[in-house]
Amino acid sequence: MNSPLIRHTAAELAARIHAREVTSVEVTQAHLDRIQAVDGRINAFLHVDTEGALAAARRVDADLDAGKAPVSPLAGVPLALKDVLTTKGIPTTCGSKMLEGWRPPYDATVTARLHAAGVIVLGKTNMDEFAMGSSTENSAYGVTRNPWDTDRIPGGSGGGSSASLAAFEAPLAIGTDTGGSIRQPGSVTGTVGVKPTYGGVSRHGLVAFSSSLDQAGPCARTVLDAALLHEVIGGHDPMDSTSIDAPVPPVVAAARQGAAGDLRGVRVGVVREFSGDGYQPGVLRSFEAAVKQLTALGADVVEVSCPHFDYALGAYYLIAPSECSSNLARFDAMRYGLRVGGDDPKLGAEEVMSLTREAGFGPEVKRRIMLGTYALSSGYYDAYYGQAQKVRTLISRDFAAAFDTVDVLVSPTTPTTAFRIGERADDPMAMYLADLCTIPANLAGNAAMSVPSGLSDEDGLPVGLQIMAPAMADDRMYRVAAAYEVARNAAADGALIDRVPDVAV
Amino acid sequence: MPSISRDEVAHLARLARLSVTDDELDMFAGQLDVILRSVAQVGEVAADDIPPTSHAVPVTNVFRDDVIRPGLTRQEALGGAPAVEENRFRVPRILGEEQ
Repeated sequence: MNSPLIRHTAAELAARIHAREVTSVEVTQAHLDRIQAVDGRINAFLHVDTEGALAAARRVDADLDAGKAPVSPLAGVPLALKDVLTTKGIPTTCGSKMLEGWRPPYDATVTARLHAAGVIVLGKTNMDEFAMGSSTENSAYGVTRNPWDTDRIPGGSGGGSSASLAAFEAPLAIGTDTGGSIRQPGSVTGTVGVKPTYGGVSRHGLVAFSSSLDQAGPCARTVLDAALLHEVIGGHDPMDSTSIDAPVPPVVAAARQGAAGDLRGVRVGVVREFSGDGYQPGVLRSFEAAVKQLTALGADVVEVSCPHFDYALGAYYLIAPSECSSNLARFDAMRYGLRVGGDDPKLGAEEVMSLTREAGFGPEVKRRIMLGTYALSSGYYDAYYGQAQKVRTLISRDFAAAFDTVDVLVSPTTPTTAFRIGERADDPMAMYLADLCTIPANLAGNAAMSVPSGLSDEDGLPVGLQIMAPAMADDRMYRVAAAYEVARNAAADGALIDRVPDVAV
Repeated sequence: MPSISRDEVAHLARLARLSVTDDELDMFAGQLDVILRSVAQVGEVAADDIPPTSHAVPVTNVFRDDVIRPGLTRQEALGGAPAVEENRFRVPRILGEEQ
């Protein structure tokens, strides 16, 4: 009963829609049917906008039928949108009770660009509350499950977006990455996840968790699809003061160039610090095989040391909670969202605020708000927040020194494959380790992505290869990723995603 | 001996306007202590002569042209409010009775 259309890549769907071999409505309906059939098991979606999606698809079809050129290379293709980006008139909850039922009065810039490009937004995807988490177990609306093994986590915080791709509910998705929330779910679901250069995609309308780290980016099943989406959402936005005023790097051209399978002249650095204790042997073996493949493609592979990366996790878990304690002050029960105790005339604003925040936030959010409040408080500021900001400088210097000698850096995306649901729930530090390899790129603002590198030989679960590039050199990593993807698929007799078990109920 | 006590967590919760339960105080005291001990290693490497980085890109203020343009309508701005009265946000009392 599954339509074959759900197995197509976004690039294939776009080509068929634009050639009028199939309509956008048919493609959209196929994915809506798939969501209906499997999302009861996966819980990737918090809200499905059936009517809005079909109406948008009809508009694309009408324009194409009238002989107009497609408004973008992805016009008519469906997409799943992480629920941290605002959508005018469509619920946006950030996975929190605090915003249950909230319908924003405006679209995020990313949302507006998707609409303008004729991309069909199927609905909003599940996530760790306010993007805080590494497993999508912290959503107020239930856990999202990994299509490879529904007893396991799909990664976090953007587990819904990546799971929707692996379950063939959508060919494209948008995530946001503060410490790895696009790349880590991409890695454990066998999909592609890209954190563009900080400032490369607008944060206007992205509900802020840690403003100096948050970055929206594309999720897809192939490198080329991610690149096509990257060019749709990227570029300068005057509504975001941190948006970089420069053209989007030519990532689609780079992906096409890379697909030719030649990496001669490309210098690849293997980060020495990302190996050893704490890394699952099967993850390391997959990584070593990937490095061999890059060498076989002609890349010049050397080992590089980034000594301060060992301190990145510590710096991140001071900086991100500090910024979150400030950003989440906006949830004050006054202007939008939940209010608890507001009907009791005996309670003042401060009490209503405290009761609301107690009821509306889950444990991970409270933990981080208090951690940030502590790190920023008088007497501790210099020892914690101030020191963490200095470590950030050291990490940026490590990257700069490495990029003096190599074009891209590579590492495993995550130290382990997807862990079991509940396995790390009571141990925050164990949970935080899931983002060990992804965090440095957020602290320094570099571009980074995860591309599937195979299945771990111990548990048969997906492993990701992380590729990092200097700021505004996103095209470099797309070239390397596309070349690697082609070579890996040829060597492994097909794409990893074709081996995901069918989750149809 | 934990470096962060239950009373300190209660104080942090008050500062953060979080009305936490007794059980949560116990849980958070233990967890925050473990997390802070783990992240305290940042102090080992960051010497005095290292400048702090607050943002990966230079942050400058951005001004738009001073041109009148439509913003949210009153209805849109109030649309998500928990309570509205006479086209305004209705909020609990801010001053105590003694004030």
